[in-house]
This record gives sequence, C-alpha cells and structure tokens, in this order.
Amino acid sequence: MKAFRWLIFFTLLFALTACSPGSDEPVVLYSGRSESLVAPIIEQFTEETGIQVEVRYGGTAEMAATILEEGANSPADLFWAQDPGGLGAVAAEGLFADLPAGLLDRVPANFRSPEGTWIGISGRARVVVYNTDMVSPGELPDDIQGFTDPAWSGRLGWAPTNGSFQVMVTAMRQFWGEDATRTWLEGILANDVVVYDNNTAIVAAVGAGEVEAGFVNHYYLYRFLAEQGESFPARNDFLPSGGPGSLVMVAGAGLLGSSDNQENALAFLDFLLGATAQTFFAEETFEYPVIAGVALPPELPALNALTSPEIDLADLDDLAGTIELLQSTGALP
Amino acid sequence: MLLLWLPAGLVAASLLVPVIYLFVRAASGSAGLAGVVLRPENLGVLANSLALAVAAAACSAAIALPLAWLTVRTDLPLRRMWTVLTALPLVIPSYIGAYLMVSTIGPRGLLQGWLEPLGVERLPSIYGFPGALAVLTFLSYPYTLLSVRASLLGMDPALEEASRSLGWSAWQTFWKVTFPQMRPGLAAGSLLVALYALRDFGAVAIMRYNSFTRVIYVQYQSLIDRSAAAGLALVLVAVTVGMIWLERRTQRAHRMYSSGSFKRPPAILPLGPWTLPATLFCAFVVLVSLVIPGANLVYWLVRGLAAGEQIGAHWDETFNSLAVSAGAAVMIVIAALPISVLSVRQPGRLSGLMERAAYIGFALPGVVIALSLVFFGANYAPAIYQTIPLLIFAYLVLFMPQATGAVQASLSQVHPNLEEAGRSLGRSPLDVFRRVTLPIVRPGLLSGAAIVFLTAMKELPATLILSPIGFGTLATSVWGAVNGVFFARAAVPALLLIVVSSLPMAILVLRRDL
Repeated sequence: MKAFRWLIFFTLLFALTACSPGSDEPVVLYSGRSESLVAPIIEQFTEETGIQVEVRYGGTAEMAATILEEGANSPADLFWAQDPGGLGAVAAEGLFADLPAGLLDRVPANFRSPEGTWIGISGRARVVVYNTDMVSPGELPDDIQGFTDPAWSGRLGWAPTNGSFQVMVTAMRQFWGEDATRTWLEGILANDVVVYDNNTAIVAAVGAGEVEAGFVNHYYLYRFLAEQGESFPARNDFLPSGGPGSLVMVAGAGLLGSSDNQENALAFLDFLLGATAQTFFAEETFEYPVIAGVALPPELPALNALTSPEIDLADLDDLAGTIELLQSTGALP
Repeated sequence: MLLLWLPAGLVAASLLVPVIYLFVRAASGSAGLAGVVLRPENLGVLANSLALAVAAAACSAAIALPLAWLTVRTDLPLRRMWTVLTALPLVIPSYIGAYLMVSTIGPRGLLQGWLEPLGVERLPSIYGFPGALAVLTFLSYPYTLLSVRASLLGMDPALEEASRSLGWSAWQTFWKVTFPQMRPGLAAGSLLVALYALRDFGAVAIMRYNSFTRVIYVQYQSLIDRSAAAGLALVLVAVTVGMIWLERRTQRAHRMYSSGSFKRPPAILPLGPWTLPATLFCAFVVLVSLVIPGANLVYWLVRGLAAGEQIGAHWDETFNSLAVSAGAAVMIVIAALPISVLSVRQPGRLSGLMERAAYIGFALPGVVIALSLVFFGANYAPAIYQTIPLLIFAYLVLFMPQATGAVQASLSQVHPNLEEAGRSLGRSPLDVFRRVTLPIVRPGLLSGAAIVFLTAMKELPATLILSPIGFGTLATSVWGAVNGVFFARAAVPALLLIVVSSLPMAILVLRRDL
C-alpha cells in the first residue's frame, strides 16, 4: 500500500497549495465567452493597467445559474455573457449594480439594458450560412420568411436550444406578432428542418454538405475558415431586407452589486469599450464593434442600420413566451 | 461493526445534499411548476430515456462479458495490453465521442469523403436511437467490463474444479458455477451503464435523440423557471430510485462463496483455434471506441496546424487532471468502504437505504450536483467554496456508486464465515477488518478506484463551476476549445486525456492488480 501513501501525500499537498488565497484585489470575472477567444484581450488589459483578472470560464447559462445560486455571496465582480438571456436572468433577480451613465452612453441605446444594468461589448448578426457547392447565391431569399417555401424542404438546419436563436424568435414575436412568428416556425418545421445542438454544429454540417443552409450567428464561419482554409465550402448570407431574421444582438457584461472591487471592475468594462479592445473584437473574433469609429476587416460587411430593431433583448418575460411558443409548435421538446 | 455505521451514515447523509437542494428549489416554485413537470409529452421522452438506458446496458454487457472473460480467463496474447485499451474509452466525454462519430461515419463525414470517388454521396444517417445507443455503449461498456473483471479475479478456482470433478461438463460448469459468481459484477456494471445513459446530455443532443435530459436541458438553459428545472430533476431522481429497486428485485438471493483458498490465481483456458477470432473481437472494440476517435482527433490537429493554427502545451492542466482525479479516486473508494461493507455483511433497511442514496447522485446531471453545491457552499460554507476539497466532494456525490458497486461485488464473493472466524479467534473488529475484509475486497477497491479515476478525468460541468478559479483540467480545455471552434486546439488536450489516463491503468495492470 506504499503507493496509496504517496497518493494521499500528493493529494494533500496539492489541496493545500490550491487553497492558498490569491493576490491583492484581482477582478473576478465569470465569462460565458470562450477562453480561446477572449483570453488575449484580458491579458492585454492586465498588461496596460496592472490589474489582475481571474476568470471562470463556462457556458453562459451555467454561469448565470451559478450567480443566481450564489446570490449576494457571489465572489464574482463581473459577468460577461454570450447572449442577453443570461444577463436578463441575473438582472431580473436584482443582482446587477447600476452602471455609470458615462459608460452607458458610449453605446447605442439598443445595445444596453434600458434600466442601465448591463452593457453590450460586441455585436453579432443573425445570418444564413449556406453551402457554396449546393446553393447558388441567387437562390437565397431576401428575407428569412422566404425559407418557409417548400423549395427548401430537407435543406435547412437550426438549433432551437441556442440562446441567440431564441432571442431572434423573441424579436420576431415583437416585430411580426405572435401569429406570424408561429406561422414561420411551422413553415420551417414543415420543411423537415434538421435540429442541431448549437451553431458550431450547424456550420460544420453546412460545410460538410449534410444540410445546405442554416440559421446561425455570423462569426462562426470565420473560425472554420481559419481552421480549414478558404476552400471550406460555406459562406454567410446577411439577408439584405433586414427585419428580425438579420437581428443584431450583443454579447454583454454587467457589474454585480455584491462586488467589493467595483472600481477595478468598471475599469475593465471601460477598457472593453475602448478602441483597443473593440478593434480586437473586429479583427480577431470577427464581431461587430459597439462603438463608432472602428474599422471593419474586409470579411465583415457593414451593418444596415435598419437591421437592429429597438427592443429590450433581455426581457425575460418575453423569453418565457418564446420558449412556450417553441414548445407548442414542437420546435423544442 | 459499530465503527462502520457512523462514517457510513455521514457519507450517505452528505450524498443527499443535492436532493435537499432540489426540494428547496422546487418548493420555491411558481405556478408554472406543475404545468412544466406534469406535461403529457414528458412521459414520451421519459420512455425514450428508459429505452435507451436498458438497451445501452444490454449492449454493454454483450461487449463487456466476452472481453472480461478473454482478458482474465484465457491465454489471449497481449492480455494486459487489451486490458488497458479496452478500459480507456471511459475517459472520452460523451459529447466528444458523439461529435467524433458524426465527424467520421456521419452522412457526410470523413468516411463518406473517402468513398465519394466510388460514387457514395451520403452514408445512411446514424442519428437518433442507433447513434445515441452506439456512442453510449462504446463509451460506457468499461463500467461493466471492470466490474466483471473484478468478479472473475476474485473467484475461487476450487469451485469450478469441484464441479468438473463431480461430472458436469465445461458448459454446465460455466452456467451453474462461474456465471452466477459474475452476476454481482455484471449487475453493478450494468446499473451504472443504465444510469449513465439516463442522465447523459451530450451524446443524445448531438445524435438528436429526444430524451428526458433534453427537456431538463431546455429548462436549465432558459434560466426562466429554476423551480421547474428542479422539479424535472426530481422526476429523474424518482426514476432512478425505481430502476435501482427493480435491479435489486431481479438479484437472486443465493450467493456463491469460496471455500477459503481464494488466493489462487484464476484457471487459464487455452483458446487454440479461437485465438484469432478473439483477438479480432478485441481489436474491433478498441478500433471503434478508441482508435477511430483518436485518429479523428489527430486529423483535426494536422488540419489545423496545416492552416496555421496555434496550439499550446497543457502541462498545468495535465497535472491538475491527474492530481484531482487520483485524489478523488482514493478518497471516494475510502468513503465507499463503510457503506459497501455494511450493505453486504449487514443487509437490512438502513444499510440498503444508505447504499441506494449513493446512486442518486450518479443519476443526476453534473450541472445539478454542481449548482446544489454552489447553493450550499456560497451561502453556508464560504470557506470551502470554490476550493479543491469541495470539488472532490462533488466528485464523491457524482461517482460514489461506481466505487460502492465494485466493492460490494468483491465482498459478496467471500463467505462472512471468514470474518466471523477472525472474531471468534480473538481479533478485534478493526483487526478483522484490516486483515481479513480489506484483502478480500482488494480487487473491488482497485477496479472501483480505476473507474472513478477515469470518469473523474473527463468530468466537466462540476469542474467548470466548482473548481478554484484558474484551475483548468484537460476536460475543460477540450470543451473550451470546441466551444470557440478551435478544433486543432481541442485535439491536443483530448489526445493527452486518453494517453495520460492510460498510465495509471497500465501501472495497475502491470502489477497484476487489475
């Protein structure tokens, strides 16, 4: 049993070292955004300001649920979410602190919470990704409603469990009304749409030719092009006619009211809304900047101002109605 | 025996923490709670889940039984290598396994790409029940394999020899003498496979199989009504309790005990002309469950590197994964001992209840366990919140039945007379425990530790939520990279996960302990 003794020794040693407290006042960030994407810009903040940031990475919903369970005892200072649903849930429990007006004014009104509890950091557009070998650009309809046409039967994919998709459907309900949205959902379901778990799976499937088109966020494609080269046979269609099918939504962040490091946390938010970080989002993660005056890389088309309807995307009560509609049409189990 | 009741009781009580949390959450519920939980559609998806669980258990047994037999009782060449390789699929997370299966043999995957010059436009769809069953079977059969192996290793050859000398044929001996001794291991392993299939999120999502966990997943993801999500999780607990009760009822009462010369190694049977088919069988299982996923990962890596992607070393994560998984394996097996010994040596209502409490944690999705510990840790025990001890406790709740099942299966092979003899010869209960019971359950302890180690290596949701900030494991690295669509970057920790997990297994096997 000698091996046992060594094992226990190492475990205890390890436990002790891992338990040791951290250094002075780092900002604790819960991030629903992937480490591979945002770690570089966080490191740059630390280099420029000397403020350490400790990040817990996870899924947006899991991080939001964690904050909700922690409540007022949360060690987190900031929550950076991938989509507004997570922000809305935390805001609804009153766990966010009000952000200073100076910070809020730096972004357009529809990229932040109307109550001033969270602020958008980077923008993502809903697009249709399509396989260039199987679909000619001329075939693609101008509006998302066009995909209910029977000509698209068996060629579509979507991810109804995805947060961004649900926000898009919420926008549809607000823009078109409940009945028209139900008609659209039923029309797509009648086209035998294939269900995927998330946007990544849809883009992979479109590239492989498993389906010919799918409803996703715009920036996933660029990661595939970087991994597999320009020959990857998929491209984005930004649906020129506007409307909720080409909704622009934000990944945003909020300051927790229970934070005892608010000054440094706000400095981090300030940095994220500055030119350096916004240029990083445009050039490295291919997302849309939320402040004016940042040049877009050639791959990203300029957004049509009409494509961002003015609605509170984080309104949770509205999200509940969306889930109900998706379940009643059979889009969700 | 009093010495055992106290720790057993403490451990069992702590295992109920997540259930308490679920009741608290559900009780804070809104009007919508009943509406969500009692939807008629839920019955349909629940039936889907149960069908998958039973089928996965059956298919896993079909793979694991021959493998266990071949690697323990025959003269199969390279037995020890096959032992390590066939246990390794346990370390592959189910969502990665499903992703890789689609990527390789999906309708437009790698295989189809190679066959395209021959005119194959699309391979048959693997989605739905067949795909989900295949992924879950090939990734969880090691539960049954390791449990049955422990049973075979603990068997007394004298029983079979007696049976043959009394005139029964080899076949009769197998069915009447050998197989009943394998039953406890088989039952323990199959129950684990069934519960694993019941609570799996990842594979069923990718394979588009409408299971009950998808309903729970939708509720948790939407964050709208946490009480409804808790209510649905309680339904899962109820189903688990039902399954365990059913499994216990099918266990026959009679036991086969050895007569005392149990230290002899198992009798080895020559395979002769069966050597080649047996080797091919082992090779096929390893190919599907390990080689093909591994090759696909290498393909991701090479493709990404060719396109200029950067990958990193993962020494920190490797050390973290190894340390916390090994630590968890040791502690969970120690914690499992009192409950297992009591449930076998002093069967009764209380010990049975404690033993069953262990399974509840295993049937719940990892995120539920994690959130329950967040609730208790952040609000009632902040000193240990987000520290390694709490993380290991989460693993304890998640993986306890893997250890208790293995230990019980070992212990039930030996007659209680041995321990009673020890007592009657004047030894104290502690002495008897140390010198008689512990050596008997050694195969079970080690196989339990091996199973816990392998599953802890791949654990994701509890680690993401409860580990100290900055504490990354190989599993969290894989997940983070796949999430951000960095496949080459995901391939490195995934391959490391498989390779590094094989090392402790190889050591145990080489020492002839496993």
